[in-house]
Amino acid sequence: MNSDRRRAYWRENTTLIRNLLLVWALVSLGGSILLVQPLNSIRLGSLPLGFWLAQQGSIVIFVILIFIYAIQMDKIDRKYNNRM
Amino acid sequence: MSVEAWTTIIVILSFILYTYIGWQSRVRDSKGFFVADQGIPSIANGAATAADWMSAASFISMAGIISTLGYDGSIYLMGWTGGFVLLALLLAPYLRKFGKYTVPDFVGDRYYSNVARLVAVVAAIFISMTYVAGQMRGVGIVFSRFLQVSVETGVIIGMVIVGFFAVLGGMKGITWTQVAQYIILIVAYLIPAIAIAWILTGNPIPQLAFTFSDIVPKLNQIQLDLGFKEYTQPFANKSMLDVLFIAIALMVGTAGLPHVIVRFYTVTSPRAARYSAGWALLFIALLYTTAPSIAAFARYNLIDSLHDKTPAEIQQLDWATKWEKTKLLEFTDKNNNGRIELAPTPEASEIKIDKDIIVLSTPEVAKLSPFVIALVAAGGLAAALSTASGLLLVISSSIAHDVYFRMINPQASESQRVMVGRVMVGFAIAIAGYFGINPPGFVAEVVAFAFGLAAASFFPAILLGIFDKRTNREGAIAGIIVGLLFTVFYIVGVKFYGMSPWFFGVSPEGIGTVGMILNFLVTLIVSRVTPPPPAEIQELVETLRSPEDAPPPLSDVGEEQLD
Repeated sequence: MNSDRRRAYWRENTTLIRNLLLVWALVSLGGSILLVQPLNSIRLGSLPLGFWLAQQGSIVIFVILIFIYAIQMDKIDRKYNNRM
Repeated sequence: MSVEAWTTIIVILSFILYTYIGWQSRVRDSKGFFVADQGIPSIANGAATAADWMSAASFISMAGIISTLGYDGSIYLMGWTGGFVLLALLLAPYLRKFGKYTVPDFVGDRYYSNVARLVAVVAAIFISMTYVAGQMRGVGIVFSRFLQVSVETGVIIGMVIVGFFAVLGGMKGITWTQVAQYIILIVAYLIPAIAIAWILTGNPIPQLAFTFSDIVPKLNQIQLDLGFKEYTQPFANKSMLDVLFIAIALMVGTAGLPHVIVRFYTVTSPRAARYSAGWALLFIALLYTTAPSIAAFARYNLIDSLHDKTPAEIQQLDWATKWEKTKLLEFTDKNNNGRIELAPTPEASEIKIDKDIIVLSTPEVAKLSPFVIALVAAGGLAAALSTASGLLLVISSSIAHDVYFRMINPQASESQRVMVGRVMVGFAIAIAGYFGINPPGFVAEVVAFAFGLAAASFFPAILLGIFDKRTNREGAIAGIIVGLLFTVFYIVGVKFYGMSPWFFGVSPEGIGTVGMILNFLVTLIVSRVTPPPPAEIQELVETLRSPEDAPPPLSDVGEEQLD
């Protein structure tokens, strides 16, 4: 693999990581801690939204983020492996 | 049959299972001993990682802590799970691609320095030892409660069992034992949770019962009536900044814990490492989303069945009198009005509840059969033993592989290396057992160390080692030393020498975040003013960053053609 393609691969990889980590930070540090008070005025079921996000919602989103990463990386790996 | 009889039977059966697996997966060579021949399927590794990660503290204490702290307990839920996202995206696949045996291996090779390796070895051993002492104590306590032996005897039984499968099977034996332990611990956790959700709300799924029933609003109201803050009220015990810093320190610390990282060396490929992290977090999430439900239900139930009752009424509750005997639950009618009342301050409150009984008492409170109560005991033991064995292997491989083989005797033969590994597991068990029997008073205090140190030392070194080619030996060593010294200074100062938390009031649990930031800054700056790493190291980093060599399996290629 030449260095241009290698760099393109790495760029796609890091862009994906950056986007997923952005969601990660928004949900956990943002929604569950910094913005928990305003979000608590909204209700999900019988719980305040910010509280629910902090105790359950963020964990569910974390699991989804890792699987999105694994599946997307499979696609990127295949794209760069097949046309070497 | 009595609870004690059931407990004895279930615990003995589960131990026979663990030792059988340990015997079946016994190994001869060092690759098998240290990284399980790198042949563990990703789902199995996910289950093993989950068991490895979820300690006696997660199983027994976490729901109780959340129950006491309400919203503020979320730092543990988010912190300990959020770290797996960092681990999966930033570290695990690259470390697997690097493909050696331990975390110090990566640090030593990437930073072409035995000084860096040694610093990493010391940090790994310190973190693991801190952690393992608490686990052995946990094993002893569960045994003494359910088998009526002394705590000391309990610790010794635990040592023998862990020793057997760790010495014999190394990483391979430990992995498959951990898979079995995961199944036992999750079943043991879910059955009482489902039962109590069903009894209180009529909805058997704890997560949904938590979100959609009226238990939490009712609990909020009761708490207000009794003079507490609302259960869902944020920042009732800690400031927002403190919560933020603790959450980050726990996340980054989780991603940097050596016994978790090393599990990703045991899978077949970097691709398997990515999926395995997903499975691990899914399996952990099963317990971690159940814990807040148990926490709220148990708190509601305890207040509802104990508060404002007469001592005679409480005497009729079988579980209450049983736990009273262990001194973990106490009632004193301080104002002599014939009623037992709960109040926010410990001076006024007439009920004293130890947080550790929340999970252990749930099945009894929910009137489940003795069989289930015994299963919970076996689950607690599985959680403690699996974590202890993972930690013991990190300690032994740090010494046997990194110190003995890489630094003292690089010519060591296969059998010598495995031999040293086994001897070191033996030593580590003896020391851990000693601490379990004679717990140093500061064990609870030093748990903050493990995460703070992992956050302030390993995480930046590994992350920059992969994502910043320019980071060199000088930068990494300086960064680790500054991060560690600052964090140790702050924690020791506040915990042991009465120093007040001067960094914007951040508590010692959260100071690892500052240590990590310092580490990053120092590493980046020092790396820029010293010579770049040699060409072969830059080449190594390039290799870590390139796509996998092996073509994806055929089943996946079909999907590609659909695109």
